[in-house]
Amino acid sequence: MIKLENVTKKFPGMKIPAVKDLNLEVKEGDVCVLVGPSGCGKTTTMKMINRIHEPTSGTIYIQGENALKMNPIKLRLDIGYVIQEIGLFPHMTIEENVATVPNEKKWPKDKTTKKVEDVLTLVGLDPKIYSNRYPVELSGGQRQRVGVARAMVSDPPIMLMDEPFGAVDPITRARLQNEFLRIQERMGKTIVFVTHDIDEAIKMGDTIAVMREGQLIQHATPGDLLSSPADEFVASLVGRNRSIKRLHLIRIREILDEVGRAKPATEDMSIDDIKQRIEESNIRSIMVVDRNNKLTGVIGINDLKKKTGKVATDYMEDIAESVTSDATLNDALSVMLECGEGYVAIVNEDDQYEGTITLGDLLNVVKEDS
Amino acid sequence: MLRTLFKWVVVPLLIVALGAVIVVYSVNNPTDSLVARSLTYSNVFKALNEHLMLMFVSMGGAIVVGISIGIMLSRPKLYYLGRGVENIVNVGQTIPSLAILALFFTILGLGFRVAVFALFLYSILPILRNTFAGITSVDDSIIESAKGMGMSPFRILKKIELPIAYPIIIAGIRTAVVINVGAAVLATFIGGGGFGDLIVTGLSVRRDMVIFTGASIAALTAILFDYIIGQVENKLVKW
Repeated sequence: MIKLENVTKKFPGMKIPAVKDLNLEVKEGDVCVLVGPSGCGKTTTMKMINRIHEPTSGTIYIQGENALKMNPIKLRLDIGYVIQEIGLFPHMTIEENVATVPNEKKWPKDKTTKKVEDVLTLVGLDPKIYSNRYPVELSGGQRQRVGVARAMVSDPPIMLMDEPFGAVDPITRARLQNEFLRIQERMGKTIVFVTHDIDEAIKMGDTIAVMREGQLIQHATPGDLLSSPADEFVASLVGRNRSIKRLHLIRIREILDEVGRAKPATEDMSIDDIKQRIEESNIRSIMVVDRNNKLTGVIGINDLKKKTGKVATDYMEDIAESVTSDATLNDALSVMLECGEGYVAIVNEDDQYEGTITLGDLLNVVKEDS
Repeated sequence: MLRTLFKWVVVPLLIVALGAVIVVYSVNNPTDSLVARSLTYSNVFKALNEHLMLMFVSMGGAIVVGISIGIMLSRPKLYYLGRGVENIVNVGQTIPSLAILALFFTILGLGFRVAVFALFLYSILPILRNTFAGITSVDDSIIESAKGMGMSPFRILKKIELPIAYPIIIAGIRTAVVINVGAAVLATFIGGGGFGDLIVTGLSVRRDMVIFTGASIAALTAILFDYIIGQVENKLVKW
């Protein structure tokens, strides 16, 4: 649990305080997203929690203890910290980077090694491949993963994250977000997450704290924020197209059973059988899977006109992008727009087919909801 | 493996061997008695010995003092002084080395120790400047993430700032060594000895062979140290 009480921060030489009389409580296991325009004090607020910035007045409690009275070094060792620029140490290998906090805590070597391997695997980097590489050898997305791994390695109950997925392309970002949410579901850490992107806030947050000019305007769940914004500012921040934003709140698996269980074709099916299956399920494209239910391609109805006899693989096209079922509907929508198709295939982590969602399904969800 | 052997052993040995060949040849084939008298093994080795002593003592001191002051100036509390000192250092570097030696001659008089002291002061400059620049060029985000993960300022200096700055610091030492070997030749003017003795003797007796021997060994010494430190520098940058 993190609790900020009447916290004010005034930087020397500045007339207006960066953070003014802020009260905020983050419950155990919650992700609280601080969101607002740049210069609103969200990063300053976060950095006061691990005392990178010392508050001018007010108190901060962490797990019930007054953080301002604790030894800052000790305090920080138990708080995971990821910043926007990630700040990986260029002269250390990935393994050494991730082992920073264990080394500071003087863990025994074998425990550190094992934990580093675990946490790298957790964030989707194979330790065998990446352990001995240097940060310059990684892509932006991989570096973000290392940053998150480094913050999580000692299993801190609290994590502070300042736009941790800021510097990567949208598709990679969505993937990192989903992976992170999946990890968080298992770990249940108390997280303060800073972003300027309201879409990311709605997607990641259990609660969202909207800030402006150093003050907390509204602290509410994403649903409440969308349905009843506290004032004009919050309303303009969440924007007019709130029904589209709701797509962030719904995960694909929540609607998959209702709409998306179109049966796939198998690779060795004949064209006639496929045509029949397409007609049955009233769709325009059908996914093709191999014997292990692994997604291999797609066949559009138009390609099959006047064709008979042959097997599916002859007309199959590759699939550019698929999404996992813990992605949000918004992720599905952006993949559809990106690929210029009216559908997207849903797969599990092993690339096995789970269903298909179409643009029509999304429209129905938005309609029902509003 | 063979490559490492070549880089670390064969090339330095070749440079040393070349110097030895020059010395042996010129000592054994004097063009006249004047050359024979100035170019003896004992003369050459005395010059070599003095030159290396000048260099090692002054460089040793300069490395310790230069790096220490560089680190101190990069600390937040003294950082405001850093830029000023950097400027002074840059100006100091523009003073010709002969002028420095002459200056200390007027203050402290003649001798080996005065020459060492002047060379020491002159060599601190590039080392200090590069240490300061190397540490302060470490990205703020790197320092902040280290701090945020619970590293103490001393640990950050030791584990993060210095290792990242090493290549730049070494480059400063390399510059200092090359300047030092060159400037040490001038030590002869204030009685510091070194290869300068050979060159000055050669000039006064007007025998090119003596000048050539002194000058070429001095140059080879500079090349040798520059090469070795360059190798160390390459080895330190792993990323």
